[in-house]
Amino acid sequence: MLPAPAPAAKRRGRWLTITLFLLPALVLFLLLVVAPILVAVYASAFRWNGFGGLPTNFIGFDNFTRLFGTEIFVQDMWHLLVLVLLSVCIQLPFSLAIAMLLNQRIRGRTLYRLVFFAPYVLSEVITGVLFSLILSPGSGMANELLSVFGIESEFLADPDTVMPSLFLVMTWKYFGFHMMIYLAGRQNIPNELIEAAQIDGATTWKTFRHITLPLLGPTIRISVFLSVIYTIQLFDLVWILTGGGPSHSSETMAVTMMEYGFKRSQVGYASAISVVMFVLSLVFALVYQRFVMRRDLAGATTTMGGRR
Amino acid sequence: MKRSLVLIAAAVLVAGCGGGGGGSATTQPGQGGAPGKVTLEWWHLSTTEPLKSLWEQRAKEFMAKNPNVTIKQTVLENDAYKAKLTTITQSGKAPDLFATWGGGVLKQQIDAGLVKDISGDVADVLPTFTPAALSAYQFDGKTYGLPTDIGAVGFWYNKKLFEKAGITQPPATWSAFLEDVKKLKAAGITPIALAGKEKWPGHYYWAYLAMRIAGLDALKQAAVDKDFNKPDFVAAGQQVKALADLQPFQKGFLGAAYSTPDGQAATMGNGKAAMELMGQWAPVVQADAGKGLGDDLGFFPFPSVEGGKGSATDAFGGGGGLAVGADAPKEAVAFVKFMTEMGNHSKAVESGGVLPVLKGEESAVKDANLKQVATMLANAGGYQLYLDQAYPPAVGQQVNDSVAELIAGTKTPEEVTQDITEVAKSEE
Repeated sequence: MLPAPAPAAKRRGRWLTITLFLLPALVLFLLLVVAPILVAVYASAFRWNGFGGLPTNFIGFDNFTRLFGTEIFVQDMWHLLVLVLLSVCIQLPFSLAIAMLLNQRIRGRTLYRLVFFAPYVLSEVITGVLFSLILSPGSGMANELLSVFGIESEFLADPDTVMPSLFLVMTWKYFGFHMMIYLAGRQNIPNELIEAAQIDGATTWKTFRHITLPLLGPTIRISVFLSVIYTIQLFDLVWILTGGGPSHSSETMAVTMMEYGFKRSQVGYASAISVVMFVLSLVFALVYQRFVMRRDLAGATTTMGGRR
Repeated sequence: MKRSLVLIAAAVLVAGCGGGGGGSATTQPGQGGAPGKVTLEWWHLSTTEPLKSLWEQRAKEFMAKNPNVTIKQTVLENDAYKAKLTTITQSGKAPDLFATWGGGVLKQQIDAGLVKDISGDVADVLPTFTPAALSAYQFDGKTYGLPTDIGAVGFWYNKKLFEKAGITQPPATWSAFLEDVKKLKAAGITPIALAGKEKWPGHYYWAYLAMRIAGLDALKQAAVDKDFNKPDFVAAGQQVKALADLQPFQKGFLGAAYSTPDGQAATMGNGKAAMELMGQWAPVVQADAGKGLGDDLGFFPFPSVEGGKGSATDAFGGGGGLAVGADAPKEAVAFVKFMTEMGNHSKAVESGGVLPVLKGEESAVKDANLKQVATMLANAGGYQLYLDQAYPPAVGQQVNDSVAELIAGTKTPEEVTQDITEVAKSEE
């Protein structure tokens, strides 16, 4: 019988294995995720039109001070806030309600689940083209239907109605996704708990309020998280539906970035916008995970299973 | 959403890493003896007939004449073309052949070393072109492209709707124009179709009014001095506002695109609006996006403004040309010359797809309306390229943005000139 390898050699072997397994993913991650971020951060400190090799005209934080001073940036932030609030207060509760409904034993619920989830599978661009036809003020389907009730709207063509219209399209596309998350979360709740509550004489509302909702907590928190991160980066839908207009009234930060980076050839300034978006997402993600999702993530993050 | 953001990030990254790595891998110019196989990448934006199939045919003919050449076409719609060309040029590589409008955008690409100076190669054919057509592609006495089209912007109107509103003659002055807009409105007709979502059609109004009120020289001087804060330019903005205040545009114009099924061209082509201010391609797009007006379509030049310093014959517009990428093989230049030969180009003129760029080609124009545009061009005292093409991209986009804000009523005429001046001053 051979003697067992010394503990030191054993540990070395383990590290080697870990390194080898991590290497391919690490290389891709560095190349495709970290490097672009670093280039954007680097470019954001320059006045640069994107042509001719690396930027040379260093201007420090000027791109950022210029950005924070513009009216458009303030508007972008306001639109972000409005969309986040609408999503959290209307879209997510609506999805939750539909999910609870489709958890009941009703005829054809599989079909409903499928139909409600279908918009999420469509690409954003197709959704955008589809709704720009439906919401067309002149000949769109929406106005044809509304005219039956004697009302009509210019939807995306009117600065006053463009944000609600945009939110309507967002909701149409994403409520099915959140519904699915909630359904999955609901199905993880053991039926015994609900039955026990019912035996104790709890009404349906009380059961929902004191059993279902608290146990859905982790699911709701992750769904809010996804929704907010999505809204910070919102681009495709707005670009196709309105291009940020009329007169900047539906512009988001990603649209502003596109305008400056590609239409105006101010790549340095556009990089600064992208960095602000990144920092915004990062800060939100960290704060949210630290304070809101702390219990949900216990043991799942980098504590090394409590060995450190 | 995530995916496209990653794409943009990747594009920005590519832009960062670009530069030195130019040159298309597919092109290997022949070295002596038998010519080697060459693939030419040709990017253009003629997505509508008749040019779409005409260009296709030209490419086939050229390939038949030069068996070693393969031409690969990339055809994109206007906005997509601009975005994609910007992305690829920022990566330090231009297609072998690409459609260009000349002006400030081409200048920026030349400064970045992406465009070939073809002065020597085309010196023999240069005298055959009209000077107005060539001007957008020449900088400091060097030629960087040859024109395939030249045109001008003017009012396209629906004769039947004008008649219905009791207008017997197209207006020759701005005040008569505003009167006619009121008459049309009173008759229950939408006077003007406008694509508010795309911004560039709106800037035509401000640009033309600036040319008529301040004069062509003052407009050119303002671009040089980077100062648009002049009373005359503010007055141009006030006239745009006076027009917008009459609410002459179709319902929901702020969200309307140009060539979509419910856009500006379709509104006009389906007879739902009486006029549009558009370039020489307007009839083609009207018939493509809508039904087209046929004989009911008429054309009149932008009216003169009473008391204005500009001449009523000054024309505003642009054409299209073909430029050659810096690393393109010599066959690319040969193709540009082939495309603009009298025999080949006049076929495109006859089809009604483009207007004459060669001297003596005018007789090939068949369409009565296009003939009017060609005559207007021939008599033009001065010529101004589209502002969003003539100026550096940031300034051009600011003009578009500011005029769009003016029409939407969110900015005043004074703020428009201030905003444009500010951006112009910040550009080198």
